[in-house]
Amino acid sequence: MSEELLRLENVCIDYKVRDGYLSAVKDVSFHINRSEIFAIVGESGCGKSTVAHSIMRLLGKNAKVTGSILFNGRDLQALSDKEITGVRGHDIGMIFQNPLDSLNPVYTTGNQVNEAIMLDGVDKLEGWKKVIELYKDIKMPDPEKRARAFPHEMSGGMRQRVMIAMMLSRNPALLIADEPTTALDVTIEAQILEIISQLKREFHTAIMLITHNFGLVAEVADRVAIMYAGELVEEGNVYEVFAHPVHPYTRLLMAALPRQTKREGRLQTIDGTVPRLTESKPGCRFANRCPLAKEICFDQDPPVRRLSGTHSFQCFFAEEVE
Amino acid sequence: MEQRNTVIHLEHVRKEFSVDNRFFSKGKRTVKAVNDLTLDIKKGEILGLVGESGSGKTTLARVILSLTKITGGSVLVDGVDIGKASKEEKKEFRRKVAVMFQDPASNLNPRETVESSIMRPLVLHGMPKKEARKKALETLRSVKMDERYLYSYPHQLSGGQLQRIAIARALAIDPQIMILDEPTSALDVSVQAQILNLLLDLQEQRNLTYLVITHDLNVIRYISDRVVVMYLGKMVEVGPTDVICTNPSHPYTKALMAASPILDPTLRGREKSIMKGDPGSLIHLPEGCHFHPRCPCAMALCAKEEPGCTALAEDHQVWCHLCK
Repeated sequence: MSEELLRLENVCIDYKVRDGYLSAVKDVSFHINRSEIFAIVGESGCGKSTVAHSIMRLLGKNAKVTGSILFNGRDLQALSDKEITGVRGHDIGMIFQNPLDSLNPVYTTGNQVNEAIMLDGVDKLEGWKKVIELYKDIKMPDPEKRARAFPHEMSGGMRQRVMIAMMLSRNPALLIADEPTTALDVTIEAQILEIISQLKREFHTAIMLITHNFGLVAEVADRVAIMYAGELVEEGNVYEVFAHPVHPYTRLLMAALPRQTKREGRLQTIDGTVPRLTESKPGCRFANRCPLAKEICFDQDPPVRRLSGTHSFQCFFAEEVE
Repeated sequence: MEQRNTVIHLEHVRKEFSVDNRFFSKGKRTVKAVNDLTLDIKKGEILGLVGESGSGKTTLARVILSLTKITGGSVLVDGVDIGKASKEEKKEFRRKVAVMFQDPASNLNPRETVESSIMRPLVLHGMPKKEARKKALETLRSVKMDERYLYSYPHQLSGGQLQRIAIARALAIDPQIMILDEPTSALDVSVQAQILNLLLDLQEQRNLTYLVITHDLNVIRYISDRVVVMYLGKMVEVGPTDVICTNPSHPYTKALMAASPILDPTLRGREKSIMKGDPGSLIHLPEGCHFHPRCPCAMALCAKEEPGCTALAEDHQVWCHLCK
């Protein structure tokens, strides 16, 4: 079942700032299939959340999006405000890092989930039954009691479950999860990851997982894209990318992960800093920090090259390292 | 390994907070944040402290720093009981123990330059300004930052740079012990690597003692010599890092290690027990072993009796009925 659900083609996102434009995302293309987990990893400011928000059309007025974003063949950019509201929640769900920001503190969580259910014209009592069912689906302990609890009475993990239940009530084809476990403990993170995998298995939801944590990617993702300074530098099957990272940035980043102990030597670091993104001039944005960079890297955009049918990268020289 | 001197000795330390709900509660309730904890920290070692949120990690750090009064037991730093120390001794203690908190941005004064932030502890400890200025520059260099940053303000610096400044400020007083509370959790992977390397370099050069508090088990495995695992205010296991990380004995440590994200997708099929439920509340502590409601191997005994300490090796102790 590898039917295509979402496709981004040459998406550029520029923010208008005081002195011109800031190019937050430059020429990003990828696709997500039905019932697969697609992860986008990168460090802060690499544009991963901007990409996610652009799909839902949640960016501010000062953002200019070019390129095409096709969901089930429909261009989301071309939809009217009313139509995109229909897509949000119904076709594409989204959960964020801090569930407390997304929940209303003065209503019980069950009530808030029910609100989402009632949008489909279900009456209140009927909806409440569905809430309990959903809470059972996501393995909320003591669902009846929890549905009557307010957000502040719940732990972080439970709140994130509420968000997932709310999203699930509309049964969207795609879930965008923006750093869903960053605020949680590892044990709770493992529980949420289990639920995310379950969504894919049981409800065939496609999941776009935005994270800076390679651990999550290794744990649940099917495919992964690595972003640096607004560019998508490498993309592919998660097993291939972890076993054989090609782009110099991916390689350095993976080597910077503390997998060993200090006795086995110091960690790899990446010298230099991310360039200013004020002008979208050609050239690879990693060039100033790249150990392989030559003159051409600063003047021309690197080509997209394929290592296999399911693994591609953007670099002039990368293969030569082997 | 050579016999190292103990620099911090914690003896049956307790820290309880009373929560007074006024007329809703019958009598006083207490939060037992740190519950009868005995621990030695040796000179020149890096001790990692792990546990979920609410396990009492940060409270323990505050206890050692004497930022909060303990309600039982004693804390000895270099043989001096902090609770009974004279004013002079306390001042001496403040020079010995430095601390670095999680979010560097909120710990630096936004209206002070880097230089005056680093100088502040020196001046407070009675160093003349001129000397302090020299020392600030020296320390800034030791954390591998250019001197042009001396006159920058915090908002002009990146997260990694701020963390370096925080390290510099802690180092300026030449402490022997550094307490690092989540030193890298606010940082990106590549910056985290730089900071961890820097911390290790400094530790080797100056023979510092670190107490590293973090929930990132990969960081703990990389940096520490010994690991303490805490659960609901109690120590559940302590031992050398490789033992704790590869062959833990306590069911909680096992579950924690299993929950820690892997860095290799081919390990996905590994046996994995996902711990159920949330960490319990420190107010309504369960009877017996605190972990028994979540423990996959709990026995009838665990609900009744608190487990004592079992030494599995000279430097490896565990608090569990199963391990007897």
